[in-house]
Amino acid sequence: MHARIGHEATVHHHSPDDRHERAARERPASAAFYDVDGTLVSTNVVHAFGYYAANRGRLVESALRTAAVVAGIPAFWAADQVSRALFNELFYKQYKGISRDRLIALSEELFEKVLKPAIYPGARDMVERCRDTGVRQVIVTGAIDLTIMPLARWFGMDDVIANELEFLDDVATGRVIKPLIAGATKAAAVRDYCAAQKLDLSACWGFCDSYADYSMLAVVGRPTAVNPDFRLRSLARSHDWPVVDLR
Amino acid sequence: MRLAKELEAPEVVTIDKGSAPRILHYGEDFLLEDLPVGTRVIYPKQPIAGLPNPRAAIRWALNHPLGCDPLPAQLKPGMKVTIAIDDISLPLPQMQRPDLRQTMLEILLEMLADHGVEDVHIIIAIALHRKMTAAEVERAVGPKVFRAHWPETLYHHDAEDPDGMVELGKTRHGEPVRINRRAAESDLIIYANINFVPMNGGHKSVGVGLTDYKGLKANHNPKAIRESWSYMDPKGPSELHRSFNRIGSFAEKHLNVFKIETAVNNRMYQGPMEFLGKNEDDFTESDRLKFQALKWTLSKTPKALRREVFMRVPAGYELIAVYAGKTEPVHDRILEKSYDQYAVQVQGQADILIHGVPFITPYNVNSTAMNPLLVQVMGLGYLFNLYRGRPLVKKGGVLILTHPCTDAFDTNHHPSYVEFFHKVLAETRDATIHSERYEEDFATNPAYIEMYRRGNAFHGVHPLYMWYWGENGRQHVGKVIVVGADNAHVPRIMGWERASTLAEAIAMARSEMGRSAQITMVHNAPVVLADVE
Repeated sequence: MHARIGHEATVHHHSPDDRHERAARERPASAAFYDVDGTLVSTNVVHAFGYYAANRGRLVESALRTAAVVAGIPAFWAADQVSRALFNELFYKQYKGISRDRLIALSEELFEKVLKPAIYPGARDMVERCRDTGVRQVIVTGAIDLTIMPLARWFGMDDVIANELEFLDDVATGRVIKPLIAGATKAAAVRDYCAAQKLDLSACWGFCDSYADYSMLAVVGRPTAVNPDFRLRSLARSHDWPVVDLR
Repeated sequence: MRLAKELEAPEVVTIDKGSAPRILHYGEDFLLEDLPVGTRVIYPKQPIAGLPNPRAAIRWALNHPLGCDPLPAQLKPGMKVTIAIDDISLPLPQMQRPDLRQTMLEILLEMLADHGVEDVHIIIAIALHRKMTAAEVERAVGPKVFRAHWPETLYHHDAEDPDGMVELGKTRHGEPVRINRRAAESDLIIYANINFVPMNGGHKSVGVGLTDYKGLKANHNPKAIRESWSYMDPKGPSELHRSFNRIGSFAEKHLNVFKIETAVNNRMYQGPMEFLGKNEDDFTESDRLKFQALKWTLSKTPKALRREVFMRVPAGYELIAVYAGKTEPVHDRILEKSYDQYAVQVQGQADILIHGVPFITPYNVNSTAMNPLLVQVMGLGYLFNLYRGRPLVKKGGVLILTHPCTDAFDTNHHPSYVEFFHKVLAETRDATIHSERYEEDFATNPAYIEMYRRGNAFHGVHPLYMWYWGENGRQHVGKVIVVGADNAHVPRIMGWERASTLAEAIAMARSEMGRSAQITMVHNAPVVLADVE
């Protein structure tokens, strides 16, 4: 099972007020699923961490320009055009040889230096308001779970659905435990999560920025396009989905 | 003995055998229809002449206020002042430049500067309406004020700003009095109104324009609407206005509010379109040709372009009265002037009432569509409520509206309307159920809140308010028939019947109300308010 839930580090408890309790009583149990890259933050987490890991964290400053650098590598670019899953599989090989502790430390550092400044101004407000309606808050990302934890904690997420690296004696092998979370498999992960948690999928929210995440938006009852690319914006228009611009 | 016909005002015309066909608004088009002999047609009054020097009139009002000291006497250096203005929802269509907001702001800002008042914010009191675009704001306030203040000290009220609201307390009826923090913390709030219709201004300004969802819940609910008489008669037996007054009076006990209210005439059409305000029996050959040319042009123009053109043609409204000072005396004087312009004496109620529905409502200025909920709010919320005394149509009577009712929405301006119309309204038309079961969901929907705060969207709960707004009309009339709907499902969802032509609609209505049913057509727009005796 690739969808991992209930990470201790990411569980964020909120003291329920009247409104929260009432919302929970009256509404079917549901969740809000957030894509990260382009939705909550302006950078690309997968690229950033991949490059970071490949450089063993030597170059903190370099990480600031990782997304652009990595996207420019022809092999990765070509793979990304063919399939996001293929891209990710190739990409995660860069993690080979890195220790778990190191990855956690790098994640904290990169969050503070790269991701935090890249969080969209309205993102936290939106997540807060969604939490106020009494639904679970869940990040769904193609990034590695360990790398996304600091961000998930900052947003007060309840759970994270992310890719999991294979470790051998606490050293990454460069392989990802399958199935890989990307594109259409995000939708499957969301469905599985709802089934496991007994949530009403039709009452769930989805927040994504890219057409690549169309399937994830299509399975939830309350899809929302956030900072959408051109194709998703057109799609959102034709489906009358809300379009939010947090930039 | 005088005939009933002779008792009517000159604006009330009775159709006879030789009468010309009448023009009705039909969205972004017009219908030209023959009406049955004996039908009453109620025309708006001719525009009252505008004040020759509006700037002088405004200055005079500021210096001779009702119930308080002149504005200059209330100003001192170092004080904190907030000026609140109305949004783009009025007047309709937008008035020619300079907009009255620009004129009032230029005078006020100059006066404040002359008295050393530097801490001045201008807040556009949108409540849960959409934020205007920068270009729309500039058009309303003028380039000078815009350049000097936007966006730092000229901005929209944000009802969803977590730190932006203050609760002053509760009225004796338990209504929370919540207003914009900056306004509440000011030494002086100057509210500059444009009183387009009698329901604008008064205690509604601060109590509604600067509040939030929790504040609006007290009166924007089906119960208050059902217990309300005409929205255009604030002195009448209306729970809506009673609640506005309680909230506004409470706020004014805690705040120093200086009110400026302005009445405008009804010169909606000007230049080549002026004939649209005339009685068709008085049309000259030139008027008839102009109308034919207009119809031909509209028939050759795509709908989107027609909307664009209609939105861009400004109305020639002129200032006919301005008063300043304390809310109640100011509002009373402005109401008198407003009724002078709009109220037409009408003898008795109708069995069948016909209204042409125009292309515009307070909620779709510059939108790409007038969606079905807005057609509904125009028909049952606004046009139905254009009366004093008794409704123009009898209890259980038939209301005939003319509009295409296209299933189209501007998803930038009205994103939550789509969900409400197609999901909720398709399930139930019961406003009480909407209020109890769905309102909170729409009001707290984070996507809609972000679109309201960061985009140009009406708040998520707004479509429910639109449906509530039609509630007293819906409770009163027995049937609504829409003429010329381009689809079957929109009227069905709203619970309306459909007719292809006005003649067919009248036949359907007569089958309900009898062959001798009294038929009345209101020749709007411009605004005409029936004083029904």
